[in-house]
Amino acid sequence: MTVLFGIFLLTLLVITAVAIVHTRNLFVAVMLLGIFSLLIAINFFILDAADVALTEAAVGAGISTVLFLGALALTTERERLGTQHRWLSLVVVTSATLVLLYATFDKPLFGDPDAPVHQHVAPWYLEKTPEYIDIPNVVTAVLASFRGYDTLGEVFVVFTAGIGVMFLLSAHSGGPGRRKREASGIGLREHLIPRVVGRLLVPFILLFGLYVQFHGDFGPGGGFQAGALIAAAFILYALVEGEDRTLAALPQNALNALMVCGALLYGGVGLAGIVLGSSFLDYSVLSADPVAGQHLGIILIEAGVGMTVTGVLLSIFHAFAARDRI
Amino acid sequence: MYYAVTIALLVTMALALARALMGPTVYDRVLAVNMFGTKTVLLFSVIAFLSGRPDFLDLALAYALINFIGVLAVLEFFRSRAAKRVAEEGENSPRDGAAER
Amino acid sequence: MMEIVLNVLSWILLSAGGVFVLIGGIGALRMPNLYTRMHAASVTDTMGAALVLLGVMLQAGLTLASIKLGAILLFLLITSPTASYALASAALLAGIKPDAGRAADETRGP
Repeated sequence: MTVLFGIFLLTLLVITAVAIVHTRNLFVAVMLLGIFSLLIAINFFILDAADVALTEAAVGAGISTVLFLGALALTTERERLGTQHRWLSLVVVTSATLVLLYATFDKPLFGDPDAPVHQHVAPWYLEKTPEYIDIPNVVTAVLASFRGYDTLGEVFVVFTAGIGVMFLLSAHSGGPGRRKREASGIGLREHLIPRVVGRLLVPFILLFGLYVQFHGDFGPGGGFQAGALIAAAFILYALVEGEDRTLAALPQNALNALMVCGALLYGGVGLAGIVLGSSFLDYSVLSADPVAGQHLGIILIEAGVGMTVTGVLLSIFHAFAARDRI
Repeated sequence: MYYAVTIALLVTMALALARALMGPTVYDRVLAVNMFGTKTVLLFSVIAFLSGRPDFLDLALAYALINFIGVLAVLEFFRSRAAKRVAEEGENSPRDGAAER
Repeated sequence: MMEIVLNVLSWILLSAGGVFVLIGGIGALRMPNLYTRMHAASVTDTMGAALVLLGVMLQAGLTLASIKLGAILLFLLITSPTASYALASAALLAGIKPDAGRAADETRGP
């Protein structure tokens, strides 16, 4: 039955993808991309991949839509007509597709119990996690401890993306002083109901973000999802109260500090492993008991990830919103 | 018992997608995305119980909150674009600058 | 005995919720105007969500999952009507008139 649901959702996904490519109105494409992300998140959820589904729903369908709209506000809404090399690109794409399809015939069947990943890799992680790390969520164990080096790379990629966007978007002609459109109302301030409801919800979303951050050991959650949720709470505040008050609440200096300190915390935990006599990113030496050391290490690096993701997403949002002023 | 509700939710999601593809105005599409979002929250809740994993309800809660933020962001985008258009037409000479945006 | 009552009640609530959700979907597709579609979508959204979540809560019993479902229901009850209000007021301020005619909304757009 799961397979039928999966096939139905994937069919909707293909229809959405074709519509996204076909439309020339970029705003419609952004809306359809939100639906696309949701369909993928539901697919992940049906396949029991809850961590990935949460990240996809939070980042893809929520934050990405806001950032795309911010970019659209700075550029035009109609896509320019394509180039003249239509036939060449069609040939390239078709041949690449055929090669990929041919390559998939060599893969093991979906859910095949004799596939190599089910014989060697997955059973090892499932057996060794209770022994070395002892947390219920194996995905967090793999992400944060067994493959901690990869996650370090991910955090630094997010950090670099944040710096890149801030470099590109901070070069604007007018400073923050020119408030030509103050009279037209910033945010949804003139609408009372969304403003009241928005202000009511912000503390709960923040609290839920913190819950997801620290509950990542026991259920779906972790640093990336929590960072996206906390950033979403501040974005909600900025939408209903205006960007100035949001910057007064959490100024750009604090966001820079969050970004930098998150990445430094992660690197610092790694270096602490070396200082205490073991290898880089080995958390077992952080405490007397190796398992307790692993727990401490995982909490610290997840905090680092959450801080960096929050700082980067909010900085990108403010960079777009500040650019929007004349 | 849960299968019937799941099928109803999936069919409604397909109908919402149809409205998002068809809708003549952009507000139709925003309506469709909002509807899709709340149906996704319900689908997460029902399937979490269907597969016997009540821990996955955190996803439904997270998405219920984020859907709201997405819809408000879209509406704010329209409001600021309309305000910008009014400001531009106010300060420019009568020139057809509306096609640029 | 209690089990059977709870199961039957849960089944009724889930089915009613499914019916409301389907009606909302059909309404959003077939109604002639933006505002009528909004009415169909938002009213049935909230009602269907409440029924489905109550049905699942009855199945869950008195556990942490019920509290989470209660929280989801509470947030949906607060945010879904607000989103519909914001959408309707934005559409009205953008100039889309609530005509009931079929041709009325084909010629308009922001």
